Amino acid sequence: MEYIIIIISAVLVNNIVLAQFLGVCPFMGVSNKVSTAVGMSGAVTFVMVLAAIVTYLIYTFILQKLGIVFMQTITYILIIASLVQMVEIILKKISQPLYQALGIFLPLITTNCAVLGVAILVIKKEYNLLEGVVYSAATAIGFGLALIILAGIREQLELLDVPKGVKGAPISLIVAGILALAFMGFTGIV
Amino acid sequence: MNQLQNFSKGFFRENPLFVLVLGLCPALATTTSAINGLGMGIATTFVLLGSNTVVSLISKFIPDKVRIPSFIVIIASFVTIVDLLMNAFVPELYEKLGIFIPLIVVNCIVLGRAEAFASKNKLATAVLDGLGMGLGFTMALGILGAFREIAGSGAIFNYKFINGDGILVFVLAPGAFIALGYLIAFINRIRNT
Repeated sequence: MEYIIIIISAVLVNNIVLAQFLGVCPFMGVSNKVSTAVGMSGAVTFVMVLAAIVTYLIYTFILQKLGIVFMQTITYILIIASLVQMVEIILKKISQPLYQALGIFLPLITTNCAVLGVAILVIKKEYNLLEGVVYSAATAIGFGLALIILAGIREQLELLDVPKGVKGAPISLIVAGILALAFMGFTGIV
Repeated sequence: MNQLQNFSKGFFRENPLFVLVLGLCPALATTTSAINGLGMGIATTFVLLGSNTVVSLISKFIPDKVRIPSFIVIIASFVTIVDLLMNAFVPELYEKLGIFIPLIVVNCIVLGRAEAFASKNKLATAVLDGLGMGLGFTMALGILGAFREIAGSGAIFNYKFINGDGILVFVLAPGAFIALGYLIAFINRIRNT
């Protein structure tokens, strides 16, 4: 039951992009087409869950043991950067099609604040390892959901006659705002 | 480009938030009031100034291949300094900004300036660029924060000037997106005339 609450809360109620403002840069940057949005969501899910596991283990078994919790930020960003690099190399070796699909998104993920944000939030919310994995996977799904919905809307938007002044970034932000308004309807479910 | 232009470009012509549309996460999340926005901006400015200074000083000694990881370590060190300082001296603001202080590490503006500008320029130029960009970002966050505070709770710098509540949605998440969207449209309009 507890896990279901974590999932619903992370996907819908506290959606990482639309309610917590993490990962807004890729949310705006790669939401031009549905196909790229799907690729990005896949890559983010993969890295986010992996990063949550590795950072959790390092935090509990190294940082906390040695009493150097203040090194959290530096350690985490280095772990994520090297993890992304490693995933890229492994993917290239074992699965060409998957690499072709996700490859170009991987370098972008290092500076995706959602990944680092989730790693920090897992510690902040005092989850255990399993809860942390469920939470990060659900968060990644929430990110993918928001990203794909926005990409779908923006594809339609291309065909419309948008006023010159709000073309590009402004209209995307306004659409995202309305989307966030819709997601606010989920408030109070859990 | 002379030094004055170098400093002032961050405010308007190349404003990181309104023109380059970078650093969206902290810009949307921390601007529920003008004070919070300015606090976040000043923290970012400090990191930007520090990282630009150090990167410009030592970029000659860093091999090209490990450039980005080295920059990230430099930035992360400054972020840790800011994190600890704010926790000690302004605990109230620190509570409010919360997770977005450590997340300055992945703010595209900071890494972007280190990579695109500071690593290729002399110390004085890099410092001025960092200061200008940082203060430009602070100004943008201040404007967005003030706008949301006025519209959302009818107050400015916590001073209330109407009775009752404002348009609540501007303080909540959707208002952040919508307010920034219209602000950027407004700035575009000024720039193009």
